Amino acid sequence: MSLPLRLAALLVLATAAGAQQTPIAFTGAHLIPVDGPEIESGTLLVHEGKIVAIGASVAIPSGAERVDASGKTIMPGLVDTHSHAGQVEGADRSAPMQAGVRTLDSINVRHSGIQKAQAGGITTANIMSGSGHLLSGQTTYVKYRDGKTIDELLLYNADGSVAGGIKMANGTNSRRDPPFPGTRAKSAAIVREQFVKAQEYAAKIEAAGDDESKRPERDLGLEALGEVLVGKRVVHHHTHRHDDILTVLRLAEEFGFQVVLQHASDARFVAQEIAAAGVPASILLLDSPGGKIEAKHVAFETARALEDAGVLIGFHTDDSITDSRLFLRQGGLAIRAGMSRQGAIYGLTMAGARMLRLEDRVGSLAPGKDADFVILSGEPLSIYTQVLETWIDGERVFDRSDPADRLYAEGGWGASHDQTTAAHDLAGEGH
Amino acid sequence: MARLTVFALLCCSLVSAQDLAVHGETVHTMAGDAITNGVVLIRDGKIAEVGLAGEIEIPAGFRTLEAKVVTPGLIDAHTVVGIAGYLNQSHDQEQIERSAAIQPDLRAVDAYDARERLIEWVREFGVTTIHTGHGPGALVSGQTMIAKTRGRTVDEALVKPFAMLAVTIGDSARGRDNKSPGTRAKMAAMLRAELLKAQAYARERESADEDKKPDRDLELEVLASVLAGEIPLLVTAQRSRDILTALRIADELDLEIVLDGAAESYEVLDQIREAGVPVIVHPTMYRARAETENLSFETASKLVAAGIPTALQSGFEGYVPKTRVVLLEAGMAAAHGLGFEQALGAITLEAAKILGINDRVGSIEPGKDGDLALYDGDPFEYATHCVGVVIEGEVVSETVR
Repeated sequence: MSLPLRLAALLVLATAAGAQQTPIAFTGAHLIPVDGPEIESGTLLVHEGKIVAIGASVAIPSGAERVDASGKTIMPGLVDTHSHAGQVEGADRSAPMQAGVRTLDSINVRHSGIQKAQAGGITTANIMSGSGHLLSGQTTYVKYRDGKTIDELLLYNADGSVAGGIKMANGTNSRRDPPFPGTRAKSAAIVREQFVKAQEYAAKIEAAGDDESKRPERDLGLEALGEVLVGKRVVHHHTHRHDDILTVLRLAEEFGFQVVLQHASDARFVAQEIAAAGVPASILLLDSPGGKIEAKHVAFETARALEDAGVLIGFHTDDSITDSRLFLRQGGLAIRAGMSRQGAIYGLTMAGARMLRLEDRVGSLAPGKDADFVILSGEPLSIYTQVLETWIDGERVFDRSDPADRLYAEGGWGASHDQTTAAHDLAGEGH
Repeated sequence: MARLTVFALLCCSLVSAQDLAVHGETVHTMAGDAITNGVVLIRDGKIAEVGLAGEIEIPAGFRTLEAKVVTPGLIDAHTVVGIAGYLNQSHDQEQIERSAAIQPDLRAVDAYDARERLIEWVREFGVTTIHTGHGPGALVSGQTMIAKTRGRTVDEALVKPFAMLAVTIGDSARGRDNKSPGTRAKMAAMLRAELLKAQAYARERESADEDKKPDRDLELEVLASVLAGEIPLLVTAQRSRDILTALRIADELDLEIVLDGAAESYEVLDQIREAGVPVIVHPTMYRARAETENLSFETASKLVAAGIPTALQSGFEGYVPKTRVVLLEAGMAAAHGLGFEQALGAITLEAAKILGINDRVGSIEPGKDGDLALYDGDPFEYATHCVGVVIEGEVVSETVR
């Protein structure tokens, strides 16, 4: 069976087994829909894995389970646009660009990092390989569902293909001995050469039309780059220095690919240029500048500068650079340096969804969208707030009141050990 | 060195100490309950008075600062800032020297860069005192010192030139290229052997017979001062078994030790308490992996609940972020069981006590150094800023951070 078909079959199974049969109404909660005004006290109604209604007064079906969420805050599940959770691997050292390598072939879903991400309120993530290559592989968009296999965590495009982007990098991390580049100019030259090859490869396929004999042999790398060229696959581009950011914009314009700037440490120095290019930035706020020369200008102020310039801003954990359990803190650090609270919350949810092109499914609380949400003890951007529960597709994947889950939330003996079974009983807990 | 230091500090005071009145809507003195609507007077670099605004007259000529919240200047009980620089290149990393496993004669004062960017960085969050020096990563990596986060030179910054001797028991202390120690048992054996050698050295140096006196040995001299109880060992140990090794050796040789890191300390709370050993616990947000895989956001709260003297630290980071900020680590601890008061204590008075400098810093009391941190709200909240920092009456930062 082809991969998409096999996965489609699995999906059907998952729906049959796990779909949330009884509607659940969370009442009396402070609701942050993200795509509309906050509701001081309202109801979130979910059924069969989807949000059915949200509002100050929602008609609750008679058979629905009611959950009193008064005093609590409910917001969309967080979207992490850049994570290395699940011990992900990508390209090896044999070449600087390896577009045929898929991260989905390496992710360990039993790694404790997945449970910790659930404890942090993250429901959707872009799991990527590292920045030690100009192109280190295809990224995998996942939902942090409880699962024994990667298939259970995957997301799919409308055509049934696995959703994901591609990871690229410039600057110093991807420089090393040949065949890797030794300079910035060489880095760009290698990338251009590959994209030109991909253009020509695509042209040959196009020219061959239905005549299979004229088609070039399949090349997995050029195929994936072809997906980038037609906009099916977004480039997630690690970049720090201001001039490296501009190089990314230059290449994106030349080849017409869709790109998300990742890290973008110097972005505030070229905020106007980024805004003019209409390119979004997923940033990582760190507790101090430095640690490497390219990160010497890292600052909380980047968030505000980009917001002022009108750039779409998201955040990421870069797990394990920062812990997935601390993802809300990215928004906290952003408002510390003047970003709006609304912008920060948008950056943790909807902005990430848009960067992954999943905005029709996740990122906000709206009828018809996936029932991915987080129940918090209070204000999302207060250090004293705890994630109480995390729900994905109408299933609870994290419950702080459950000691097994609490271990992942707080740490302690065994909290980093691989799981032989997922933290939750996969048979479900009635939801 | 000591005389030089005194001279430098006097010099500094003459140049920049100011008479200050700091008014806070809330003043956390750490000596009794917080004062609502309080005033702190600083004269000649020392705290002169602290009390209710209505009861303290601000003398003419005093500069007045206002803030929502005033705390003692914060103390980072263990860092490598100033020894390890922010660029993280070989030329600015002085925290570890790998030529030998045991090098107690390496002094922090000979490596401290008073102008390092990260000193300014942590100061802008309200940190006024740092315990810094040689890092974890060798069995005996060298000495630590205590400094104020100001001054153009190490002498202007110094509080204590030799505070503790840094020891590591655990994976990071393993020798490279087949050098000893290769195992944990060997670490303990080497440490014991070297201390016993220093014991003999100290005895022989006191010999009345000049001919029998051994030549000065800088390494053994330092270890002898440890054995004499003048200098505590700062033992970095994350695994519970390494913590117990530290306690075992301390008991055998009657050493004063301070535990550092102590990720699995919650497994051996009784033993730590009974040994009367304080803990400078790992940064709350430290990465949980390898030796620290079992750490918890709640480690500090568990230690405090067990009655063990506990301070927080920024620790050592080998990559990004190059340093953590102890204020932010304390905030996360406050939110994970420690609570506001205890968390603030772990970066002020408790830290001062463990470092043996509570006669000078750690609380807002008359006679202590005029070190204050000013905030525009709850110091631990994300949205709060440090708006002013005072060291010995000198306003060293007005950056809003």
